[in-house]
Amino acid sequence: MSAKPYSNPYLAGVGLGLVLLSAFVIMGRGLGASGAFASAAAATVATAAPESASANDYFSRYLSASGSPRIDWLVVELIGVMVGGFVSAWLAGRLRREIERGPRISNSARLRLAFGGGAVMGVGAVLARGCTSGQALTGGALLSVGSWIFIGAAFGAAYVVAPLVRRAWI
Amino acid sequence: MIAPFFDSGAFSETASIGVALVIGIAFGWFLERSGMGSARKLAGQFYLRDLTVFKVMFTAIITAMLGVFWLGRFGVLDVDRIFVPETWLVPQLVGGLVFGAGFAISGLCPGTSCVAAATGRIDGVSVVAGMFAGVLGTGLLYSKLQGFYLSTPRGTYTLTQLLNVSQGILVFVIVLVALAGFKVADMIESRAAGPVSQ
Repeated sequence: MSAKPYSNPYLAGVGLGLVLLSAFVIMGRGLGASGAFASAAAATVATAAPESASANDYFSRYLSASGSPRIDWLVVELIGVMVGGFVSAWLAGRLRREIERGPRISNSARLRLAFGGGAVMGVGAVLARGCTSGQALTGGALLSVGSWIFIGAAFGAAYVVAPLVRRAWI
Repeated sequence: MIAPFFDSGAFSETASIGVALVIGIAFGWFLERSGMGSARKLAGQFYLRDLTVFKVMFTAIITAMLGVFWLGRFGVLDVDRIFVPETWLVPQLVGGLVFGAGFAISGLCPGTSCVAAATGRIDGVSVVAGMFAGVLGTGLLYSKLQGFYLSTPRGTYTLTQLLNVSQGILVFVIVLVALAGFKVADMIESRAAGPVSQ
């Protein structure tokens, strides 16, 4: 089966916006992604070294009062994201085992950049208290000043850094 | 009953976990449908070849923003009970800069990396692993970062407060700016060389 083309970005954007609005209306909160990573990191530390997890003011807020991992709303939501993404790609014939990269970079170099870039993003998401989902989409729609600072800073920095990693894509 | 429903006691904590799954599935569906699970497509944003990220993101923001505004206006949604992310000026500025650098290097953001990974992309798996390592490492160093992390707090601080304008006017202006932005994005794309190639 050949892959279907992607949807019109404006239609998909309206769909995404209605999902975000549903989260506001039903739950009184928005969407997120990096918070689920923080929960997973807290659960990992709580399992490996329970005392240091409850002594850590950042991780302890993602744990239950007794310091054990708890079922976090954002973790379940992000599992849903993976399920929804998988089903959508499957129905459109877009499931494919591949490494996306430009023509001038090796697979292993692309994977290293992916890991390193992901790690840098993790640092930023902790400091900013969220990412493109929890800050840009959610806080952006709710007109939070900090979220709009995040949007400007993140896209500004991305345009400055992108020419340095141009080889990865073009 | 006035929305939001969860804190009105319309359903239990356990049921809210089911809601999380359904909302997540819909979120992932639209991310994948729009091509946001593709690092090649996302990277195109930063070389002005493919502005899908901008279009999807700002369409979503103005859709939800207009929904919140009008539902609040009609009195079916109690806007004050929606959790607004709090503002911490300098940490969010610095965090945003660091985040954006990582976004350009990895080609994916945290949510879209999960979509990429779930649809078979190994580079997506690599971003997910890196993101986890970054959050874990920063969390472990939290005691050293705490002073900075908690600096310049502004609490719940909205653009309407900052600019001292009514919500209606601000929403209207943001929609106009977004529409102008979409027009510019379409012009840039029609002149560009097309999506970043494989």
